[in-house]
Amino acid sequence: MKMICGLVAPDQGTIRVGGHSVSEEPQIVRRHIGYLPENNPLYEDMPVLDHLRFSAKVQGVPEGRIRERIAEMVRVCGLDAEKHKRVGELSKGYRQRVGLAQAMVHDPEVLILDEPTTGLDPNQIVEIRELIKEVGRAKTVIFSTHILPEVEATCDRILIISKGRIVAHGSPADLRRQAQGRAVLNVRVEEIDASIVHSALAGLPGVELVETRAQGGFSLQCAPDMPVARSVSTLCAERHWPLTELHSPGTRLEDIFRDLTLN
Amino acid sequence: MGKTWTIARKELVSFFDSLMAYILLVVFLGISGFFTWWYGADVFMAGQAELASFFSIAYWTLFFFIPALTMRTLAEERRTGTLDLLLTKAVTDRQVVMGKFIANLVLIALALLCTLPYYLTVVSIGDVDHGAVICGYLALLLMSASYIGLGILASSLTQNQLVAFLIALLIGTCFHLLFGVVASAATGAVGEVLGFLGMGTHFDSMSRGVVDSRDVIYFLSLAAAGLMGAELRLAKRGLK
Repeated sequence: MKMICGLVAPDQGTIRVGGHSVSEEPQIVRRHIGYLPENNPLYEDMPVLDHLRFSAKVQGVPEGRIRERIAEMVRVCGLDAEKHKRVGELSKGYRQRVGLAQAMVHDPEVLILDEPTTGLDPNQIVEIRELIKEVGRAKTVIFSTHILPEVEATCDRILIISKGRIVAHGSPADLRRQAQGRAVLNVRVEEIDASIVHSALAGLPGVELVETRAQGGFSLQCAPDMPVARSVSTLCAERHWPLTELHSPGTRLEDIFRDLTLN
Repeated sequence: MGKTWTIARKELVSFFDSLMAYILLVVFLGISGFFTWWYGADVFMAGQAELASFFSIAYWTLFFFIPALTMRTLAEERRTGTLDLLLTKAVTDRQVVMGKFIANLVLIALALLCTLPYYLTVVSIGDVDHGAVICGYLALLLMSASYIGLGILASSLTQNQLVAFLIALLIGTCFHLLFGVVASAATGAVGEVLGFLGMGTHFDSMSRGVVDSRDVIYFLSLAAAGLMGAELRLAKRGLK
């Protein structure tokens, strides 16, 4: 992220934003980028409006449009109540909004946010996330985070980077599909002797492994692309077994992440 | 140029917002006023209507004040991370450095402007060599430019303000004192070069009313060297 913004030079290769090389034409690239650094550094002693005006001027927003852009940012980021305070007096959530506002004030096509929701309380997280989603409708937003449910809630495309390498890449659905070798099915049958059920389940086509779960019932490891759930329900219907649970817990992004980064 | 001004204005506003500017003005005027009018070899001892004693006092007070003023320029921004914020905006490193330089120079110029009553007082006492006074102020301003340039360089090297202050003072001492002292002991070419590098000879000749282009070039090139060093330090990220 720092390389895209021209803060650190790439060791090798080139980065292009909108066709402009980051190392050859940093000034042009930076005009198209809005960057919110990690920890959101801001000038503490500046009032919010002054800070936005400064950012707009430095980013080359034409003089005539500055007022209008600032008013727009104050509205979008919900800063109206706090706009005359100094940045240093604001709560963390409002600081984050100022950070976003100053990154977006010049209407960049690409917005780069480095862990925008760390250190916020749950309500603030939801608000910032909504804000990011709204902005993301019209612009490209790249953001980094360690909170995986947040990724599922906001992103269209995910990159998982481990030790400097991209280990997975795609939409949330893509990532699930890649990890589908591990599809799991939870089954619970009541009143029937466990060993009978165990052997019956193990005999079904597509079932690779049957484990007894600690809390009762079984957990089946299934081969991908086999209608195992259907065969389980047919089996129980034929034998008149009371089937009380049949569901796939799905593969959580956390599992995929752990899988990819630990190896 | 517009963006340089924007940065300079922001710096100036924050000087005045943080009381830094007022403290500097009060202390600078207090100290130089005290020594000029009251204590030691003051104006009245000269027996002449001139401001030479003020210039030689300001020569020393500025030497101490400028590092205190410049120490936070880049060091503070690096410490709080706002330097990253600034450098990812559509500004060049040079605009950042120049903006800070201009802000500091304007503040020093303001401080010198506040000593205008000294001049008016002396004028009312007797015949003043106006040219010499103007040259003296010019010399102070140019010397300040040199020290601001070096101070910003020191501030770019570290994220600790105190370290920046001490580095600036160390570099300053070389030019302010050491080169001159060594030059008077050394002979031949070495002595001449060191003598030229010392601040004292240039300042003295100028504050006496002799504007030599060599002196002007000396002050300006010191400032430029400091600013270029600071810019290089920022550009150490391997970018154009």
